[in-house]
Amino acid sequence: MQKALTLADSTVGKKALLAVSGLVLFGFVLGHMVGNLQVFLGPEVFNGYAATLKGNLPLLWGTRIVLSVSVVTHIVMAVQLMGRSSKARPVGYRKKDNAVTSYAAITMKLSGPLLFFYIAFHIAHFTAPGLALGNYEHSTTDVYANFVSAFTIPWVTALYVIAQLLLGLHLYHGAWSLFQTLGLSHPRYDGKKRLVAQVFALLIMAGNVAMPIAVLVGVIPPAG
Amino acid sequence: MSTINLTLHVWRQSGPNDPGGFKDYQAKGISTHASFLEMLDVVNEELAARGEEPIAFDHDCREGICGMCGMVVNGRPHGPQVETTTCQLHMRQFKDGDEVWIEPWRARSFPVIKDLVVDRSAFDRIIAAGGYISARTGSPRDANEIPIPKEASDLAFEAAACIGCGACVAACPNASAALFTAAKLAHLSLLPQGEPEQQDRVRKMVSQMDAEGFGHCTNHFECMAACPKGISVDYIAKMNRDFLKAMITARTDLPKREKQ
Amino acid sequence: MELRSNEPTGPIEARWDKHRFDMKLVNPANRRKYQVIVVGTGLAGGAAAAALGEQGYHVKAFCYQDSPRRAHSIAAQGGINAAKNYQNDGDSVFRLFYDTVKGGDFRARESNVYRLAQVSVNIIDQCVAQGVPFAREYSGLLANRSFGGAQVSRTFYARGQTGQQLLLGAYQALERQIDAGTVKMFPRTEMLDLIVVDGVARGIVTRDMVTGKVQAHVADVVLLATGGYGNVFFLSTNAKGCNVTASWRAHRRGAFFANPCYTQIHPTCIPVSGAFQSKLTLMSESLRNDGRVWVPKRQEDCGKDPAQIPESERDYYLERIYPSFGNLVPRDIASRRAKNMCDQGMGVGPVVDGARRGVYLDFRDAIQRLGHKAVSERYGNLFDMYERITGESPYTHPMRIYPASHYTMGGLWVDYNLMSTIPGLFVGGEANFSDHGANRLGASALMQGLADGYFVLPYTVGNYLAQVKPGAVAEDHPEVKRVVAEVEERVSRLLSIGGTRSPDSFHRELGQLIWDKCGMSRTAEGLTEALQKIPELREQFWSDLRVTGGGEELNQTLEKAGRVADFFELAELLCRDALTREESCGGHFREEFATEEGEAKRDDEHFQHVAAWQWSGDPSKPNLHQEALSFEYVKPSARSYK
Repeated sequence: MQKALTLADSTVGKKALLAVSGLVLFGFVLGHMVGNLQVFLGPEVFNGYAATLKGNLPLLWGTRIVLSVSVVTHIVMAVQLMGRSSKARPVGYRKKDNAVTSYAAITMKLSGPLLFFYIAFHIAHFTAPGLALGNYEHSTTDVYANFVSAFTIPWVTALYVIAQLLLGLHLYHGAWSLFQTLGLSHPRYDGKKRLVAQVFALLIMAGNVAMPIAVLVGVIPPAG
Repeated sequence: MSTINLTLHVWRQSGPNDPGGFKDYQAKGISTHASFLEMLDVVNEELAARGEEPIAFDHDCREGICGMCGMVVNGRPHGPQVETTTCQLHMRQFKDGDEVWIEPWRARSFPVIKDLVVDRSAFDRIIAAGGYISARTGSPRDANEIPIPKEASDLAFEAAACIGCGACVAACPNASAALFTAAKLAHLSLLPQGEPEQQDRVRKMVSQMDAEGFGHCTNHFECMAACPKGISVDYIAKMNRDFLKAMITARTDLPKREKQ
Repeated sequence: MELRSNEPTGPIEARWDKHRFDMKLVNPANRRKYQVIVVGTGLAGGAAAAALGEQGYHVKAFCYQDSPRRAHSIAAQGGINAAKNYQNDGDSVFRLFYDTVKGGDFRARESNVYRLAQVSVNIIDQCVAQGVPFAREYSGLLANRSFGGAQVSRTFYARGQTGQQLLLGAYQALERQIDAGTVKMFPRTEMLDLIVVDGVARGIVTRDMVTGKVQAHVADVVLLATGGYGNVFFLSTNAKGCNVTASWRAHRRGAFFANPCYTQIHPTCIPVSGAFQSKLTLMSESLRNDGRVWVPKRQEDCGKDPAQIPESERDYYLERIYPSFGNLVPRDIASRRAKNMCDQGMGVGPVVDGARRGVYLDFRDAIQRLGHKAVSERYGNLFDMYERITGESPYTHPMRIYPASHYTMGGLWVDYNLMSTIPGLFVGGEANFSDHGANRLGASALMQGLADGYFVLPYTVGNYLAQVKPGAVAEDHPEVKRVVAEVEERVSRLLSIGGTRSPDSFHRELGQLIWDKCGMSRTAEGLTEALQKIPELREQFWSDLRVTGGGEELNQTLEKAGRVADFFELAELLCRDALTREESCGGHFREEFATEEGEAKRDDEHFQHVAAWQWSGDPSKPNLHQEALSFEYVKPSARSYK
């Protein structure tokens, strides 16, 4: 009996799973940024927001589970597809001149793993017990203080800013390309896809970069 | 008539098991009115006159429609001119003294047979998997009984214009055959005659495309840029949509296809 | 040997139906016991292989290209005729039949042509059912155009790529059968000989072009659909690989070759631009609908920029000589007039080999009248193609065109069943001689290829098979082994000559000779000269050829050498047939047989027959047989386009 074709057998299916999991992560990144922007509203609001998140266990664990599944799916699919791709062309070109592809698209397989390491670092950095970078104690309640202390160190801020640039690139290609991958295309709207992706990627990048820079230049002050 | 001299770096490989390598040739006094393949003819005549084996390359109609020719010229499949096959590329696109790198299509699914000649039979197997409408010879109904909106017919034609040359695979960073497969799928599924077999066709052809060992599509769109017929990547989106829909909604499973 | 056409009798409208009923059938359960070989996968071969596979026969299909999708049918631009009368402009099966017989200058078999016109309507139905995206009107119904001077709009088309779309339809049907296991495909495989046992075709010998392996394939019936021999001229609009080898090898084994002198020259091709030229590109005939053909009146102006030549100094010679048809005169006339102009020294364009060979096809007036946009909508693709090749834009410069060898009406002789003089050997498409007479009308080649492939051969081959026992000859039959040994010997002979010249250089020289002496216009003197020179050149070929590389690998030089060797023998027959046919008709124009105005003069009294040549063993001494033609329905008349 021959094996039946399944979605995850096919490159198109794998790519769709990559896109759908990417979409979930995209949503998370957006929510994460919007939530964190509350840091501009001061310690009470920000710490209150953090407490609310932590207090709602179903939401917290629901999110954690969905995110973990998405991250694992995203990585497994990406690794499988990349493996396939490198096997598909065992002998490369001596000279190759790409005509239309974008920098973001070519660097996906680089920005992806780098973002993975960045995210691992970021989680380690801000969750208990916290990496003791700089001169502060990680607090489980005063998230605002953690935040400000972390980004007063210029190289940490620089690291985050660089990571956000990578994230922006990754999101830009991912955002418009997922329409294509999932077959959501229509000639009337296709022309706008790249623009929408650019705006989204820039917004997220700008929002995420604004926070650490604001700390560094003192716009977000240490809690009084 | 103006003539130019070129330095060619040509991939030479005596057979599938030879590792192959580049060899340099001087192409002298080439008329700018000659086509790229005519330039290679001139070089080959000189090689033959010296008793050396000519450079093997595929070609047939030399008018841009049979899809037999194709080589990567200075990093671009079919060379620098857009929507132009190698046989229609003319030497006026080059300058005197240019260096020209000439390589075969590179993909595991297109193994090199000799020099610049590759085996593209994987494409035939993708078509054989389902790239047709099962119309029995001899008993169709009158052609005008099925009116087809001009727009659908034109779109189908544009997809059907594919010449099966393989430049899309050669150009793709992942050596993906998505554009080739999607173009045939779109041609057939945009027409009402193709509708009844649609769900099976898309599953079979995608499964065969994968079985042949091509890479996947990561939306670089290099395929469209290299395509001598300018076939649109919109058809790939359509293939993705139709495939996902079929996988989710089809009532029966289909067997996974194997490479033959 | 008497040539029997095996036409059915009775009223012409009923002949094919009657014949279909009279033909014997093979029980569906028995069909898989029969082996069928199809050589060539263009419209005729691809369609026949698919249809026979679908019927349940075991089919082996062969092509020299890397895929059956690449046969040269793919390059046909214009369209396909069918007597659908969708435009309600008075078309009918009879009118298409009439036009084709008349267009062929009364040198085709009426019964065959009528059948062609009859099945033309089924072809369109079949192709639409397969998903061929023909051009449509906004109503969603099929569009038609008038083509090649026809007075009705009966041509179906898919932009300028009709041949491609039809071939892909046949190719897809073929791939469907390959997947179903009824057809086994052998791409990159060339037929090098025919196996005939006791006078019956029993198989072929092929060379695998990748490994060099020479091998026999036995079968109960062999179909050749291997195209025409236009590449005998070296420069032609055919694909580089098109060759006569399959037909010629069959001819040497006993199949008669009919009317080789009927070659068609297409008037609107891009002129030769230098000694490196490897092929000629056709520009669709539709360009003559709006373009005006001219040359300068004065020879001094021929090298000038055409924009500098005032209106009064231009000779619109087609409009001048043929006031009623003007630029739309038939292909042969347009071609010959262009040649005359250039022979008189009025040609334009670059000097190649001491002469300017080209005439202008000018769109200036059309652009003024219709506007740039309308012209670009009609001809944009063609203009782009022209510019890609020549580097000149037809919007600003008049196009330069010159005739080129395009199609060959002659081919292997076949009867009404498309069977050659060798029982069990059928021939379809351009490779046979049957339906176009001395001249083929535009958009009729695709029609004939598909008619043969889908609607004639599947019946007539079945009828033949019903009368033979399957598997009569095994692969170890002594005759099979003998033919394989002969092919191997020939291959090694080509490899071992050890001379100095490449096959291409011989081919160019032969082509130039044939083009000069047996091209658009022919004379007894020129043909006699050619008949003397060809054997000399052939001798040189067999003593001074150099084939590099070996036999057991992909060797394109070896492939060419074998093909050129056969072109040499065909070339001689071509000239001999042209010399023997002392009249002018269709694509065959003898300068001695012309009216005072220089138009073709047919001689129905002496030449209303098919000249079918039999191989005698000596290429210079073939035996001539004649099949008399009778015209019951279309009375012969002189073609006039004044």
